Amino acid sequence: MTTATQTFSGNAAQLAPSEREEQAMASFAQQFGALAALNLESCIHCGMCADACHFYIATEDPKYTPILKAEPFKQAYRRESGAFAPFFKLFGLKKKVTADQLEDWQELLFDSCTQCGRCSLICPMGIEVADLIEAGRRGMAEAGLAPRELMDRARHQAETGAPEAPSRPYVEILADIGRDHGIEIPIDKPKADILVLAPRSDLEQSPAAVAAMIKVLSALKANYSFRSDALVAENYGYYAASRGLQRKITRRVVDAAKKLGASLVLVPECGHAYTALRWQAAEIIGEPLPFKVRHITEYLAGQLADGKLKLGQVDGSSYTFHDPCQLVRKGGVMDAPRALMDAMGVNLKELENKKGFSFCCGGGGGVNDIERARPLRYRAQEMKLREIDATGAEHFMTSCSDCRIAFNDAAEHFNWNKRPESLVELVAANIKE
Amino acid sequence: MTLLEFSRGPMLHAALVIFVFGVLWRLTTVLLLGWRKHYSEARNPTARAVTGGLIAVGNRSWPHPEFIGRTAFGEAVGYGYHIGLFAIVLLGAPHVVFWKNLFGINASWWYTLPSGIISVISIVTIFLMLIATIRRMRHPPLRRISNFDDWFSLVILYVLMISGVMAVFGIGGRYEIILAIHIISFNALLIWFPFSKLMHAFYIFPSRFINGYMHEKKGAAS
Repeated sequence: MTTATQTFSGNAAQLAPSEREEQAMASFAQQFGALAALNLESCIHCGMCADACHFYIATEDPKYTPILKAEPFKQAYRRESGAFAPFFKLFGLKKKVTADQLEDWQELLFDSCTQCGRCSLICPMGIEVADLIEAGRRGMAEAGLAPRELMDRARHQAETGAPEAPSRPYVEILADIGRDHGIEIPIDKPKADILVLAPRSDLEQSPAAVAAMIKVLSALKANYSFRSDALVAENYGYYAASRGLQRKITRRVVDAAKKLGASLVLVPECGHAYTALRWQAAEIIGEPLPFKVRHITEYLAGQLADGKLKLGQVDGSSYTFHDPCQLVRKGGVMDAPRALMDAMGVNLKELENKKGFSFCCGGGGGVNDIERARPLRYRAQEMKLREIDATGAEHFMTSCSDCRIAFNDAAEHFNWNKRPESLVELVAANIKE
Repeated sequence: MTLLEFSRGPMLHAALVIFVFGVLWRLTTVLLLGWRKHYSEARNPTARAVTGGLIAVGNRSWPHPEFIGRTAFGEAVGYGYHIGLFAIVLLGAPHVVFWKNLFGINASWWYTLPSGIISVISIVTIFLMLIATIRRMRHPPLRRISNFDDWFSLVILYVLMISGVMAVFGIGGRYEIILAIHIISFNALLIWFPFSKLMHAFYIFPSRFINGYMHEKKGAAS
């Protein structure tokens, strides 16, 4: 989350260079599977991935070429695990990844990559470039080179459930939201079908978005509950690329869902929380999840299709919609947002780059939290704001709280005349009881 | 033994052995690393994911409309010289004779293009390779990510192409010497192939397929 007070950017842990190298290598080696190898081996150095990356397009600085960001991982693979690794090692043809090199790559792997995955769609070889960058980030995290902002919050969340000590406990904030909006919020019910999570950023900055989610669940008479021991949707372990911390934070949610007897965990408007829980949780704990994971828009679109959710028509104002990368491009929640908008008769003016090809908000992958990345982020965001303006839409809407934070910050910086709105809030405002 | 005899005798045989075993080794070492089991609930069934993989094999040959404005030139040049190379290698009469001899087949159905057309294709291909090389030197991301593999592969390809054209037009010295250089450069290409990015010829389809498959499992964009 972008906070005006944070000023630190640096390394998460003070380790000796040799220790950094060992830790990074151990992490890289853990990720050398056939899939990673195929992705690494297939690169033809065409540079096309640069043409998909908002950081390269905005700056035209070749260091932001996505495949270059994966270079330490690639170099480690060639030296340690590739087909001719012993040969490369013997003749010194592939140098060891050094601590200095890793430090140089910190900005490329964290500040200038939102893990949006657009680069993976342009590759003529079909390489999953974003996965290679993620593998690089994992190595950096183990080497103590993830930015401190991310790692400190990941550690705090793994220990306490909250990425930072909140001004007040989140359950109190949640209860207040219920009181302010006249809705009863079930917290720590002994049993429920659905475990609901909340974006920490919305709890603190956009309570109306949390209230909207609760309002629609109540209207649908869903049997749900929040849990005080697993309230926060974001997984800072994922942002910080720490497998260990991501696993601990994931475990917290999995255990809470089990205790509740939930068959469904509902992810609120948060893209990275969706990736972390829907696509990475089972992989990181090494077993299938005992419940389903759905994004709130997916869930609502399902209820709509089943005839349980009835929606009224919005006025004729025009809207444009930003497809959050983690939900749409990488997550596959492709049709749900538009199904909801269609049902409300939203006058939608699509962006030039939409659905799977949408440009990122600029703040994903933890970039919102990295203070040092702010000037670079603004350059990428400027391009996105122009694209939004070009639609001529009066309103601008999305379904991810991280994206909303990024756009709100950019709007203030550029004195932009729009603010991102929440799709779920629009749904809540148009429910036919 | 003359240089020409050496180039199309023992050197060619050694190059073919290195090529075949090298390629097999490169492919095997990838497979030996093993595939991870996936535990996440798939959005789409396996049959649909397989279809998604097959579609990705085809549709990655053409850029998505969102990208074409930025990539059209590079792709056109790349496709241009690849098509040229394939036409020369597979439809040029001397090369068809070479393949028939190599594999010991008659294959009377094997169509060849007139030598004049192959000559034109060769010159156009060299011209496109030149553009691709200049682009690699001048385009900032390309220049930044290029390494020895890229440059050395290009050098071998230039020697191969230029010596072939010289042999056809009878320029640059004795025909036997030029032809020997042409065959030696082909042998060098075979030897270099498994060590280099030229392996993309074998990786391209599995790479596209597997990532298309994985994306479709999630219902993600591909």
